[in-house]
Amino acid sequence: MKKELKLTVNGQPYELYVDPKTLLVEALRNLLGLTGTKRGCNCSSCGACTVILNGMAVKSCSILAVQTNGAEVLTVEGLANGAELSPLQKAFLDHGSFQCGFCTPGMLMATTALLAENPKPTKEQIKEGIDGNICRCTGYNSIIRAVTAVVKGEYKEEK
Amino acid sequence: MSKYSVIGTRVHRVDGPEKVTGSAKYTFDLTLPNMLYGKILRSPHPHAKILNIDTSKAEKLIGLKAIVTGKDTIGKKQGIWRRFPELCDEEILCRTKVRYIGDPVAAVAAIDEATAEEALDLIEVEYELLPAVFNPLEAITEEAPQIHEGVELNLNVNRHIEWGNVDDAWKDCDHVREDQFVCSSQAHMCMETHCALASFDYNNKLTVWTSTQSAYYIQALLADMLGIREGDIRVINPYTGGGFGSKFELDSAQFCAALLSQKIRRPVKIVLSREEEFTATKRRTPMYYFLKLGAKKDGTLLAKEVRVITEGGAYTGMGATALYLTGFFSSFPYKYPNYRYDGYRVYTNTEPTSAMRGFGAPQSTFVGESQLDMMAEELGIDPIEIRRKNGMTPNYVVPGQAFIQSCGLHECLDKIEEHIKQRGKLPPNHGIGIASYGFMSGGIFNWFDTSYAFSSAIIRINIDGKVDLFTGANEIGQGSNTTLSMICAEELGVKLDDIRIHSADTGICPADLGAWGSRETLMNGNAVKMAAADAKRQIMEFAAAKLGGNITYDMDIKDRWIHFVDRPERGISYFDVVKEAIRGKDGEVIIGRGHYTPHRKGMISPAYSFGVQAAEVAVDPETGKYKLVNVTTAHESGTVINPVGIEGQLEGAIMMAGGYGYCEDQPMDEGKILNPSIADYKLIRSLDMPETKILEIDTYEPEGPFGAKEAGEGLTNPTAGAIANAVYKAVGVRINTLPITPEKVFSALREKEAKKKKK
Repeated sequence: MKKELKLTVNGQPYELYVDPKTLLVEALRNLLGLTGTKRGCNCSSCGACTVILNGMAVKSCSILAVQTNGAEVLTVEGLANGAELSPLQKAFLDHGSFQCGFCTPGMLMATTALLAENPKPTKEQIKEGIDGNICRCTGYNSIIRAVTAVVKGEYKEEK
Repeated sequence: MSKYSVIGTRVHRVDGPEKVTGSAKYTFDLTLPNMLYGKILRSPHPHAKILNIDTSKAEKLIGLKAIVTGKDTIGKKQGIWRRFPELCDEEILCRTKVRYIGDPVAAVAAIDEATAEEALDLIEVEYELLPAVFNPLEAITEEAPQIHEGVELNLNVNRHIEWGNVDDAWKDCDHVREDQFVCSSQAHMCMETHCALASFDYNNKLTVWTSTQSAYYIQALLADMLGIREGDIRVINPYTGGGFGSKFELDSAQFCAALLSQKIRRPVKIVLSREEEFTATKRRTPMYYFLKLGAKKDGTLLAKEVRVITEGGAYTGMGATALYLTGFFSSFPYKYPNYRYDGYRVYTNTEPTSAMRGFGAPQSTFVGESQLDMMAEELGIDPIEIRRKNGMTPNYVVPGQAFIQSCGLHECLDKIEEHIKQRGKLPPNHGIGIASYGFMSGGIFNWFDTSYAFSSAIIRINIDGKVDLFTGANEIGQGSNTTLSMICAEELGVKLDDIRIHSADTGICPADLGAWGSRETLMNGNAVKMAAADAKRQIMEFAAAKLGGNITYDMDIKDRWIHFVDRPERGISYFDVVKEAIRGKDGEVIIGRGHYTPHRKGMISPAYSFGVQAAEVAVDPETGKYKLVNVTTAHESGTVINPVGIEGQLEGAIMMAGGYGYCEDQPMDEGKILNPSIADYKLIRSLDMPETKILEIDTYEPEGPFGAKEAGEGLTNPTAGAIANAVYKAVGVRINTLPITPEKVFSALREKEAKKKKK
């Protein structure tokens, strides 16, 4: 039987009825149409489905949607403020931190959560912050350069 | 200052804003009204006859809408080597026999994925098990079971390349060594698994959205397999989540989705699971290498003989090309006066092997560069020096095979030598190994047997000066949409922002062979440049009439300003001319056409890139564990069109090729891949990624657009060999089988110690 699920995604409250087996990634993609969040493995090994749940980066393929009742979820679609990109999004663009782009939403969410928790991470801490996210294209270093540029204050958040 | 306005500048990818906001749509993200979800039933046996497939129980399942088996096909076998019908050996939906664990036997379409999966469980397939063979060295013997009817010794393809006289040359050599190597498999591990959404409508027209490296190949192969005309099929390639060689053949998701949709006339989407991606697509070709190398005392290489047996798996795919290229690139990048290659691709009851980034050259470079270091040590010559002595130079002819125009190998060697010197004395158990490499800028071969130009482009200049660029090139992440837009803007003299690219949609774009063999920058780049030049000529006719001026004055467009080259202030706005030109043509838009097919460039490729890579490792001699500390690459790819793109290709190649050298592997038991999940398939993650440094060397390739050549696949060639040589330098053990795992290093160190004690 379907269960009621109330959650807030990118600031928007939703009331859903979901099958208890539905994963958070499925609810986001299939029920809310937020296909920015990807799914690469279904076993929390690749990080493509990373979203921010109550401030923490989590793999949305390893969480049941019903577990997020009452929670606040941020997905890649919630990073930009209208046409204004977030500092990390801008830095990713400038540093060529993606190619095929399939891992990028997860990378952005993992690094956004990292900087929220620790605004001045060392290079090693940035590497640790994205170690759960696989990128098959870039070799990670351009992602690390982008995050470093944000840490150095090269990108100002415009409110 | 650069003479160019757009190329060589650091720009945002044209697909960037969509990709950083989650708005980029991949096939994986698409749905259509009334769409069904498909799943594929696969063989659990490596080799078996299909006696019967009973679908009656599944058909009764509520929500199940269609089932197809081999009986629903027109009975054709497909392959990408269409010139050779005997190499078209894959039915996709097997009718009488399965040849590996993962071979498809049926496909279903249902209202949701869960129902589709349930239906698969209800299909009963009766098999008669057949003896199976997994190792190519066994499969090529008389005792082995025959995998394809009529194929003796399971020999799928053999290739022979020869020049000079190898047999005579050995007696002139002061040193001859023979070595054996084994190159393992590797999964492409695209982040987006293979997927397709097919919609066969009531007008008998099929539209397929799919994650592919070649929309044109999929269109043509689907036409073959469904028995309908190419023109009735439109293949659209949305953003693609990686390819790396895995996505330019017709795959089970595409074929089964199309067949199901043809039957039920509803859109059907199939997304392969990660496990299917590992076990039932294709993978890098494992190779058994037997090498003989002869040299003079001074390090001059006189002769090389190469014998290779490759594990083909169950079908041909593009594996036949890998067999050819590993043979050709075994001579790279050196001037062997005498050379002989014999390669044998052998069918086995394992997942088929095929193309993967580097296409046989990472294997040949690993074995060749390992053996060359062994030879250098035997001769007492520095590794850089032996490469310098024998390295290819500009305008070199590979006898009977290839003509190399630009080549910056020697400059790369100089740069790497300088880098090693600068690094100075290394800490204990550190070692720097080097490997030289070269690669092709697209293949000349046409085994696919198409009559289209290899690359084509059309541009349309609209009344507001905006340019629509239509190309069959496939953006798979490598950045072709950006690079081609840059070439178009540069040639036309407008800004990057004036270009809107439409790529890889067979309904609106001219055909292109697709993104494989590192071909798009040179081949499609030439087509785009030609199309832009064609349009520019039309604009110039009107501009010249408007501006007047002496016939001897040269005119050009730069930054949207049409002007006399020697008096740039005398000119007219590009936008004004375009508007009038279109009015002058009775309202007809400006269309520029371009195409490219290589001619008179030998048998392999119109151009080659070169480089040298130095890998530094730090080995723990107690455990064999080692760390990739730094990978520095001196690389030349002609004129750099898109510098950000090249950085990304290079660093990404180190992740992938470093993984091939260090940890990626697909162990099997009786044909079953034992690690078909990302949790178990070890690859380089951020914490293992070494520091990377690029030393770019300037060259100019006359055959390429603005002097450019490839910078994609070639970069995956050197790393495994450089790691092997580095481990040897660090702790004195030589590992001849990939991947070079800490376990192998540990065992080799123990063996070395034991030998020492005996003495």
